[in-house]
Amino acid sequence: MSLLSLKTMQTQIGQYAVLHDVTMDVPQGGVFVLLGRNGAGKTTTLRSIMGLWKPSPGSVTFRGQDITGLHTADIARLGIAFVPENMGIFGGLTVEENLILATAKGTFDPDRLQRVYRLFPALETFWTKQAWSLSGGQKQMLSVARAIIEPRELILIDEPTKGLAPSIIDAMAEAFREIAEHATILLVEQNFEFAKSLGRDMAVIDDGRIVHRGTMADFVVDKALQDRLLSLSA
Amino acid sequence: MEQLNKTLERFGGVNLLPVAVALVAFVLIGAPSSWVTLTVAGLAMGMMIFLMASGLSLVFGLMDVLNFGHSAFVSFGAFVAASVLGWLAGWLGSDSVFLNAAAILLAFTAAILFGLIAGWFFETVVIKPVYNDHLRQILITMGALIVSEQIILAVWGGTPMSVPRPQFLEGSVLIGDVANEVYRLFAFVLGLIVYLALYVTLNRTRIGLLVRAGVENREMVEALGFRIDRLFIGVFMAGSALAAMGGAMWAGYETLITPALGAEMMIVVFIVVIIGGLGSVEGTLLGAIMVGLVANYVGFLAPKLALASNMLLMMAILLWRPNGLRPAVK
Ligand SMILES: Nc1ncnc2c1ncn2[C@@H]1O[C@H](COP(=O)(O)OP(=O)(O)OP(=O)(O)O)[C@@H](O)[C@H]1O
Ligand SMILES: [Mg+2]
Repeated sequence: MSLLSLKTMQTQIGQYAVLHDVTMDVPQGGVFVLLGRNGAGKTTTLRSIMGLWKPSPGSVTFRGQDITGLHTADIARLGIAFVPENMGIFGGLTVEENLILATAKGTFDPDRLQRVYRLFPALETFWTKQAWSLSGGQKQMLSVARAIIEPRELILIDEPTKGLAPSIIDAMAEAFREIAEHATILLVEQNFEFAKSLGRDMAVIDDGRIVHRGTMADFVVDKALQDRLLSLSA
Repeated sequence: MEQLNKTLERFGGVNLLPVAVALVAFVLIGAPSSWVTLTVAGLAMGMMIFLMASGLSLVFGLMDVLNFGHSAFVSFGAFVAASVLGWLAGWLGSDSVFLNAAAILLAFTAAILFGLIAGWFFETVVIKPVYNDHLRQILITMGALIVSEQIILAVWGGTPMSVPRPQFLEGSVLIGDVANEVYRLFAFVLGLIVYLALYVTLNRTRIGLLVRAGVENREMVEALGFRIDRLFIGVFMAGSALAAMGGAMWAGYETLITPALGAEMMIVVFIVVIIGGLGSVEGTLLGAIMVGLVANYVGFLAPKLALASNMLLMMAILLWRPNGLRPAVK
């Protein structure tokens, strides 16, 4: 059984129909990559899963439970974390406060905290700094750290490499590999090299519809398909 | 210039503004004793306005709700407290400091309780149906302000109501050789205590952390698993109670109140919140102190300008800092 399953999900923002038919299954474990051109509906898909937009008609099923229409907070409590495109960092709060806020009880589990320190040493260094003063890469690390400070089964991550230096992207890939051993990552990415190195299963969205599903291994070798689905001149 | 900015920042940045204003006023006024009296009056007034405005700022910061009816709580707080003080006139006149204090404590408690309950009612009935719709928020909350003024007229009548003060808060004390009204010192100290309590709650508790984070990015707090809407009603009630308490203190300060109090305070409270920067309690305090000081100094130096002083202050500050002095990070 798949961990997350989207069935003919349609999402309207204001009066614009943005998603027309998003149907896909995210299996448990590993990194599932969702690819697509600019404006294809990737962010909207993640926000709809999270309940930040209300999809209708269509359904979102998580671990066999229908979560369509639930409140965002309740969806999060069921075990889904969200790392948004703009990182959603609380700039006026310190690194510590950003992380403690993400814990359900307001206290750190020592093991999970050590793990965050190990994956992202910069966060320990800047522990008491206000988050607005962090670099872009450090903010991204904080945003990911917030998603793993509590046990969550599914982590939605929206374009984490946007605007980051190559060395930080490598560190990020390393962290994602470790995280994907304990949880499932649904990764939205434009950086194909990055996505390719992580993903096992994948799907492509275009104009609010899932237009391709398959394994990353197959997709990587099919240059013609890549060109058709991802090139700028569609 | 850059260097100067940095040095200023280290010594408190915009927090120094009230000090700068006080220094300029000192030079312009000339007479130190008048200056001390005006400064104390300005600080006391600022603290009371801070109580009235702080809730509005948080409510806007947290849920983007524009509540033009906020000062109705100020008005109700003033009238409720005045009524309680009226009933307890016997205690107020007594020489026993204990009875005096009990009377004022009961009056303030009544105002605060009223603010809590009215805040809950207002949020549920008036605000909830118009989340995410600024135009309707403005219309319906302005309507609510008018309705509340009519309710006050119906209950307390149209004639100005005089507010008795407890014996121990009457008269003046000497600071150096300058006489200062006791009530002003009382208002200042009480306001300061409430500010510190608010500061500790926001900066040292989990609820405070959620509020500060929610002001910055409500969606993200929800995506972390917290119901901001449930937190919001608590913040709204607390903000209404603070406004009512501010109103109760104001009643004792002015000693004569009219049903128009709410509408009058509405303008001041909005100016303070805008000057201070929306969503920030520190900013609101700064804005309130500035308004209090400037109103008193200008009232003394150029009485004709007194009415316009708030507006001029707001324009000057917005030209310099379009988001206010200390806006919450967004
Ligand atoms: N708040 C909104 N209001 C109206 N239209 C929106 C809104 N957000 C997104 N859209 C539209 O929905 C479509 C999909 O947007 P979405 O942000 O999901 O794309 P994306 O695949 O994440 O793009 P990118 O790669 O640029 O991040 C776009 O055409 C966009 O203009
Ligand atoms: Mg996007």
